[in-house]
Amino acid sequence: MTLADAKVASDVVIKKVGGKGILRCRLLDMGLIPNTKVHVVKFAAMGDPIEIRLRGYELTIRKDEAKNIEVESV
Amino acid sequence: MKLALVGNQNCGKTTLFNQLTGSNQHVGNFPGVTVDSKSGEVRGKKDCVVVDTPGIYSLRPYTEEEIVTRNFILHDHPDGIINIVDATTIERNLYLTTQLMSLDVPMVIALNMMDEVRNNGGTIDIQKMSEMLGCPVVPISASKNEGVEELIETVVNTASKKIKPTVTDICEQDSPVHRCIHSAIHLISDHSEKLGISGRFCAMNLIISGTDFADKLGLDKNEKELLEHSIVEMEHDTKLDRDAAVASMTYDFIEKVSAACVVKPKESKEHKRSEQIDKVLTNKWGALPLFMLIMVAIYILTFEVFGKVLGDLITLGLDSLGAVIVKGLTNFGTNAAVVDLIEKGLVGGLGAVVSLLPYIVIMFLFLSLLEDSGYMARVAFLMDKPLRKIGLSGRSFVPIIVGFGCSVPAIMSTRTLASEKDRKITIALIPFISCSAKAVVYSTIVTCGAFNWWQQALIIICLYLGGVLLGIVTAVILGKVFIKGNPVPFVMELPNYRMPSLKSVGLLMWEKAKDFLTRAFTVIFLATLIVWFLQAYNNRLIFITAGVENNVSILEHIGNLIAPLFKPIGLGDGRIVSALIAGFTAKEAVVSTIGMLSGGQGFLVLFKTIPAILSFLTFVLLYTPCVATISTMKKELGLGKTLLIVLYQCVVAWLMACVVFNIARLF
Repeated sequence: MTLADAKVASDVVIKKVGGKGILRCRLLDMGLIPNTKVHVVKFAAMGDPIEIRLRGYELTIRKDEAKNIEVESV
Repeated sequence: MKLALVGNQNCGKTTLFNQLTGSNQHVGNFPGVTVDSKSGEVRGKKDCVVVDTPGIYSLRPYTEEEIVTRNFILHDHPDGIINIVDATTIERNLYLTTQLMSLDVPMVIALNMMDEVRNNGGTIDIQKMSEMLGCPVVPISASKNEGVEELIETVVNTASKKIKPTVTDICEQDSPVHRCIHSAIHLISDHSEKLGISGRFCAMNLIISGTDFADKLGLDKNEKELLEHSIVEMEHDTKLDRDAAVASMTYDFIEKVSAACVVKPKESKEHKRSEQIDKVLTNKWGALPLFMLIMVAIYILTFEVFGKVLGDLITLGLDSLGAVIVKGLTNFGTNAAVVDLIEKGLVGGLGAVVSLLPYIVIMFLFLSLLEDSGYMARVAFLMDKPLRKIGLSGRSFVPIIVGFGCSVPAIMSTRTLASEKDRKITIALIPFISCSAKAVVYSTIVTCGAFNWWQQALIIICLYLGGVLLGIVTAVILGKVFIKGNPVPFVMELPNYRMPSLKSVGLLMWEKAKDFLTRAFTVIFLATLIVWFLQAYNNRLIFITAGVENNVSILEHIGNLIAPLFKPIGLGDGRIVSALIAGFTAKEAVVSTIGMLSGGQGFLVLFKTIPAILSFLTFVLLYTPCVATISTMKKELGLGKTLLIVLYQCVVAWLMACVVFNIARLF
């Protein structure tokens, strides 16, 4: 499952961060690395982007990026 | 002594900078890029300057902000770094810290928002953290001005004694990443010494993808192969690619530090409060209506209430001052040209521009309240999806909305956009939005007697929508064809809602006011003078008064000269054309000039036909922005691109007016 498919208000653990280039590196920099626990907070009013919570802060990423992040539910 | 203030976004960096320097700041640009650079003398420390760098999350050389900060530290050789770290989101903040540690520059960590951590029952072992990170850590609360004195003393001491971070090696001993970094450092030590950049920083940059360090260091083919070999070995041993391996090693270290030093509170009051506010403000159904409501309220407060009152006061004050001076000078028998210059050129022309100042200042009051409170990030979150369709991101929405009031603060506020490409496109789109000055032209012209109430409403709605539509088309074309640039990821933090610091808001308003006034009295002043001169003199350079035989102004001559160009769009009258030229100083001037040149006969007589009026309105909507907007644009884009935009707009204006004129003639 990818982060884009995760249910709102669920907890997931990152398995793999795909994608390439700057977008991917930015995700890694922000702490989205394998084995990080992520809470899916909500989707924006129009369904995109996603708000997630990790490492004690809230982050928004677009679904396009979230599709590259493989997760497993906890 | 020169210090660099470095930290993440939303960590209180600007607040700390204001506390460090007071109002003693110099605002400029970093060389070659439009990234704000602020510097100021540290209070109570002579010859100690602190430079505020843009808020960044990493030292990767991708975004303009990151490159600027990197180059500043690597090439400007600051004597010390103040790394501000938000104690409430300490893990993510320490990521940048670990990169800074490897630079081998004296550094002090300012652990901000410690009051928030303590109030929520959390603790941080400062002593232990300082040991583990190998540099002094000073707990502060920038917003309450706590610990700032101690921070200043510590930084000055560390920098003057050149005490460098003692911990640079942050990886697990004998881990694959450790082995790889060490062999890289060993391999390139000669090169990095020559370059004067720390070996570890170079090595880290060689290992991660997307940097030009291999060429920068002048590695030969053999060295590159050896390096690649050890990187591949690391990737094999960690089962991760190079970027992920380095990032996860870094976060492992941070988690270790965090586990040893930080007792986190369960859930902070601030976060709970934020969640409550978000339940309302970013609610699935309520978010958009609420946002619209907030923007409408701000618009009304700025352009109809506070700004209008203050702007009118300035106009009134200048007008009465002008009247007194004019009366005095006339009685004294002063040259009529000088009197006219003061009356129409200075008071009338420049006054119209200066009376924009309250709008700009008040707009920025609201904008910075929205930004600093954390709401702007939510707006970007909400509006990202529709704006992405036209090649922009959610962040562009607010500048566009501000454009309905005035293009000047709208263009100024594009500074907050993360990507250079978004910034350029947004700036090009803004002049297509009908600002409040264009609204004055519309409403005066449609009420000239040719239209009934519903036609008036329809025309104005069409003008507003048409402008937006053409702006969007422009944005799409620019984004697809002309403006290339790295896509900047929309990976944005949603900070907790916070009370904005009044000091920061005040300083920002002052800064914007100063910037605008400087331009008002230079470029804009010059343009106003030129237009005044063209209006006041005839082609024999004789000042036009009642007695002068040849009372056709140079402006009207120019108008007549280029009028044939406007014939296809139904505006072949030199007087109309000269009014359009006068509108270059400020759009309202279009109305007053037409009024003056038509000799009080009313607009209908001048335009003759309804298609001509519609064509004129279309042209006013789209043609060159006013001089204040152009000068703001020039500051952001440079002269060449600004002129291109102006030219493009004039062409589009002519074409659209032509279409409107010919369609309207069919009826």
